[in-house]
Amino acid sequence: MALSTRTTPFTRVLRKPLKMVAAIPAIYFILAALLIWISFENPNFPQPEVFLAFLRRATPLLILAAGQLFVIVTGGFDLSVGSLITLTVLGGALLTDGNADRTPLAIVTLYLIGLGVGIFNGLVVSYLRVSSFITTLGMLIALKGAALLWSGGAPAGYLPDNFRIFGRQNLEGVPYLGKVPYAVIILVVYSLVATYLLHGTNFGKKALAVGDNPRAAALSGIAIPRIRIAVFVLSSISAVTAGILLGGFAGVSMNVGDGYELEAIAAVVLGGAMLMGGKGSMPTAIAGALSLRALFTLLNLLGLPSPYRAAVQGLIIIGAAAYAAFRSQSES
Amino acid sequence: MTKNLKYLVLSVILLALVVPPTVLAQEGGQPKSSSEFFDPEEFARQLALLDMEPEGPADQPWLQAIDPEWVDTTQYKKEAPWTICFSNAGNFNPWRVVGFTTMEAEVELHPEIANFVVTDAEGSDEKQIGDIADLLATGECDLLIVSPMTTAALTPAVEQACETIPTIVFDRGVNTDCPVTFISPIGGYAFGAAAARFIVDNLPEGGKVLALRISPGVDVLETRWAAAEQIFMEAGVNVIGVEFTGDDRATARSIVEDYLERYGEIDAVWMDAGATSLAVIEAFEDMGVEIPIITGEDQQDFLVKWQEEGLTAIAPTYPTFQWRTAILAAIKILSGEPVPKKWVLPQPTITNENLAEHVQPNMPPQHYALCGCEELPGFPERWGGKPAN
Repeated sequence: MALSTRTTPFTRVLRKPLKMVAAIPAIYFILAALLIWISFENPNFPQPEVFLAFLRRATPLLILAAGQLFVIVTGGFDLSVGSLITLTVLGGALLTDGNADRTPLAIVTLYLIGLGVGIFNGLVVSYLRVSSFITTLGMLIALKGAALLWSGGAPAGYLPDNFRIFGRQNLEGVPYLGKVPYAVIILVVYSLVATYLLHGTNFGKKALAVGDNPRAAALSGIAIPRIRIAVFVLSSISAVTAGILLGGFAGVSMNVGDGYELEAIAAVVLGGAMLMGGKGSMPTAIAGALSLRALFTLLNLLGLPSPYRAAVQGLIIIGAAAYAAFRSQSES
Repeated sequence: MTKNLKYLVLSVILLALVVPPTVLAQEGGQPKSSSEFFDPEEFARQLALLDMEPEGPADQPWLQAIDPEWVDTTQYKKEAPWTICFSNAGNFNPWRVVGFTTMEAEVELHPEIANFVVTDAEGSDEKQIGDIADLLATGECDLLIVSPMTTAALTPAVEQACETIPTIVFDRGVNTDCPVTFISPIGGYAFGAAAARFIVDNLPEGGKVLALRISPGVDVLETRWAAAEQIFMEAGVNVIGVEFTGDDRATARSIVEDYLERYGEIDAVWMDAGATSLAVIEAFEDMGVEIPIITGEDQQDFLVKWQEEGLTAIAPTYPTFQWRTAILAAIKILSGEPVPKKWVLPQPTITNENLAEHVQPNMPPQHYALCGCEELPGFPERWGGKPAN
């Protein structure tokens, strides 16, 4: 990179603002570029209503990415989230069976299931020393099987309207914006809490320390199993939340969660997190997830059939991972 | 500074990854003709079958046959009790779950079937080939029923079975006529055409049509689209997009929202299967846009919504009652009674006129109305329904 060392009067003047711009994580530029491009293709896109509808569609992935980031900064993966989403949607329909009265109890039950899955993943990874990749892959298969067994192989029962409010309805009469989807409100709260948890608390610092160097973390007195269990619980809770939103958004189906685990990991990587752990930022991970969704929207607007979308998604994951590796090399 | 510049350079590279597809998009934007799947003769034959009167009892469509060519089966006659074996491709979607439940209930009606042995291939060709070999190796099966996973892969296994015991194939076909009978509804062309013709007949002048398909390359689905594409082309219909949903409701809904943002309105949505029809309707509802002409299938969630909203809709079907027919054919063959060589079952279409007969609010959302299972033991609970009031 000889360019940066060559000092001409022109660059001397520009150095300071350039430095400030360069300090902004790349993902925000990518996101901004994608959003601007979408607005060119679809001039309606910047309208609050259209943009908020886009955000609502993206919300389950954003929440999932936030949960996934906690696991990834500790150096793990959580592949079980996609199946947990499916289990949440099918379970929600079975538990409520269309009865609005049963919604509160059903939601509590689903979160308890999520809590159990997270604790189980964390315990197996911590004490049986099975890699998180294998543990959660096993959980992915087990949860899918559980969902199939529980529902008898086909979706049974409907989700009542009050269950679907979160993913489907809007808060009406908001100043300036008109109607705001409940999902977007949940997203904002979730993002703030997750950002605070990772960057503002001791727990967050410990999680990053565990991923950076587990040995050093253990020596400095961090109870690693407790941290690991907590991050898997956060990821599972995020999956249940995403499931409730998706069930509301689109209704009951057998394959609702398929592929979400990989999209969440791709989003987090795109947001600049290190897959080996120890490094990651909540705002950029969320921006990564939003960029992924914006990219899918753009590809659709450009009229690309879905196989192209899959190929582009793959290229981006590889590109982002290669970039992360490149960056970590250049830093050491 | 160096590091941050790399950051920027790489972000540009990352974006550049997105650019090449836009070039492709200019070619790919137009819906491509799937002519490789279009067989004009078969298309014409299926449309002719749609208009033919089936033979057999009208109140038991699972026993009806269209244009049958009867074959003698006295050579397979055998004293009861029988062991009937069934190699199932899998129960990987609600259609198959409803069908299999119906089949098991039918078996219970026949004490002469002493054993009903089922293997589940879980959607894998390899496992199903192994399953068939295992079933044959037991030497217990008096007759084998096969619901094949994919046509080409299962053909040799079915040929092998034919050599030792009478064999029945239903739903998807195989590339051999060695089975005693092949049972299926009319077919994909008839299905796709029924929905497309309805759209052409009801579409306003210059109306925009969105086509939603499950996935490319599956022959039973390709024929549905090939027929629709042909009909839309002949009628000069403006097809604004052909998209794949992967049979996922959230994807279907997102696609519809994208198209609505792009075009403001859509006049008709053609679907190659009905599982995501309701999600499509909800997308229109929630965006405050009038629900368009829509096609679906005989799933209850779609039929219930259609009735509630008084939609302009149609539902071609691929009836699950064919799973009953497989058992009834087995009994006929083992009793030495003739069966049609190609047992073509009727493929009814649900329209506004007969919608009310098929709406069953007590049944689960993904229950298929044309299961022909209402009189079978355990209905409706066995299919996940609640007792009708």
